[in-house]
Amino acid sequence: MVTTTADIETGPQSPRERSHSPLRVAMGRLLRKKIAVGAMVVLFILYMTGIFAPLIATHDPNKTDLRATQQGPSSNHLFGTDRAGRDLFSRAVYGIRTTVIITVVGLITGSLFLGVTLGLLTGYFGGIFDAFVMRVGELVSAFPDILLIILLAATLRPRIVDFVRNIEDWTGIDGLVASGAADFFVISVALLPLSWFGMMRLVRGQVLTLRTMPYVEAANAIGVSTPRLMFTHLLPNTLAPIIVSASSGLGAVAGSEVILSFIGIGVQPPHPSIGRMIADVTFQGGGLVSVLRNHPEQLLTPILIVFAFILCWNLLGDALNDVFNPRTR
Amino acid sequence: MLAYIVRRILWAPVLLFFAALFVFVMGEFAPGDPIEVALGQSYTVERADRLREIRGLNQPVAVRFIKYIGNAVKLDFGESLSRPDRSVWELLSPKLKVSGQLFLAGILISVIFGIPLGYYAASKQGAWIDPTIVGSTLVLMAIPVFLTAPLLILVFAVNLGWLPVGGWDGFFSTRIILPALVTGIPGIAGLTRMMRASTLDVLGQDYVRTARSKGLDESVIRRRHVARNAMIPVLTILGFAIAGLFSGSLITELIFGIPGVSSFALQALSARDFPVITTLALIGAGMLVLVNLLVDIMYAVIDPRITYD
Repeated sequence: MVTTTADIETGPQSPRERSHSPLRVAMGRLLRKKIAVGAMVVLFILYMTGIFAPLIATHDPNKTDLRATQQGPSSNHLFGTDRAGRDLFSRAVYGIRTTVIITVVGLITGSLFLGVTLGLLTGYFGGIFDAFVMRVGELVSAFPDILLIILLAATLRPRIVDFVRNIEDWTGIDGLVASGAADFFVISVALLPLSWFGMMRLVRGQVLTLRTMPYVEAANAIGVSTPRLMFTHLLPNTLAPIIVSASSGLGAVAGSEVILSFIGIGVQPPHPSIGRMIADVTFQGGGLVSVLRNHPEQLLTPILIVFAFILCWNLLGDALNDVFNPRTR
Repeated sequence: MLAYIVRRILWAPVLLFFAALFVFVMGEFAPGDPIEVALGQSYTVERADRLREIRGLNQPVAVRFIKYIGNAVKLDFGESLSRPDRSVWELLSPKLKVSGQLFLAGILISVIFGIPLGYYAASKQGAWIDPTIVGSTLVLMAIPVFLTAPLLILVFAVNLGWLPVGGWDGFFSTRIILPALVTGIPGIAGLTRMMRASTLDVLGQDYVRTARSKGLDESVIRRRHVARNAMIPVLTILGFAIAGLFSGSLITELIFGIPGVSSFALQALSARDFPVITTLALIGAGMLVLVNLLVDIMYAVIDPRITYD
């Protein structure tokens, strides 16, 4: 970039431009994108709905009422009721809660914890450890995603449920299995392969180039400790791709949770989940077509919610990518 | 280049070995007894023991694994546990054929619509049509199969009555159209975006300007300089799409009632039929490894500047 006299005169002296932190500049650019702001608003609403589900739901999501089945939307049942007379609005709200939990847990465990830590370590140290982790990653990515996820979910579930039961017995805390904590754990573990390797490779690549930078060399020369070098010098400089990749990845995590619950190895009934709601309608007696003709809202409600999750995370990821990598616009 | 290919080919069996090992270990670790599932109501301890002996399940897992690998090298994947006396391959190959055809039809739809659309969007950059196309690809990508499948069924099968609701009748039948559209739609979006980005990138390159300034015909530039180079990154996406043979088609197969690999995998899993699952994993992983290798080689063919050291 060519520095002109105009830049020099107005740039640093300008009182309005106090902060030049790249992150803040990028956030400023992000907030000027209408689509990104829209996506963030929708996601905010979805996540708040999930977090405050008990306050928002109007009915018990599992309470059946056989006198009021297959009802259309009304003031009592905002989205109507399903075949068993359960309130679809409340089921949707609790289903959103499930997806919210899975995406947050997936983000923290898979992408952030495993992906970023391993990426930093392998990129910085290299050697046998790096080679080993990369080969494991290749192995994991050689499996077709959904096959691996299903395999993990199906084989781990009973073990994990047993394990959680043992914890219940040991600690005397009741209702861990009944609360669905075990299900969430199973799904989170099963979805790990989806998120960690991509993130790790990304961070590793960044660290590999950063490692040769003069400022890292300088930090090394003045005896900065390794953890400090990693977390205060390397990590902040890999933040942009991490944010972009995490945001685009969460859409996939949300979608996979729905697929798992749809085929019956995700969140188990009676816990409401968006995938179960879709499966309830798709595989019920009259079949898909009769539902679509007579009660389209029963199918459209859960589907539009998944759609909103995936679309908004993708849009946000796209916008973040534009913001952080202006060249590729 | 040759050394690279040889190294990759040598690495592939190692990868497949560990993939098979992983599934085998998972099978041991998993609760549920395939014999119990297979016998069902007629389960007695004696019968189960006899069946175990016949199937060789009473041997230690290490022995069985080595046997399995030894046979798999000769492309013999053993016998299914859930369907007695049927070899895994015999059960799998018709399902693979079905899924393969569906997958091919889906890819064809993605390529036929995606690549020209992306190219078109890039050449119209600045006009209203470009952001419209880009915006609709984002929407298309996020549409879950749960939505496209029922919607297409409702419109084309139920209301218009043009196409059958579901089922399977081979590649050259109207039954394949709807499921192929459903599997192809995310691909259209992906390919359009990829093709657009890479076309824009190529259009800004010096050699395109040079070609223009030496007075080459615009159509020649587009064909030889732009389209050809823009296709390179698109090929990777196509390569990775092979993985979609399993992932994308599962829900489609379930909704349309298509007897393909993914729905079969689900059945095998609930029957704890681990020879079938291991074989599926091997085939899936093998295909992915092979396709990635082919993509790498094709890179070098299309762009002679690319070398692997």
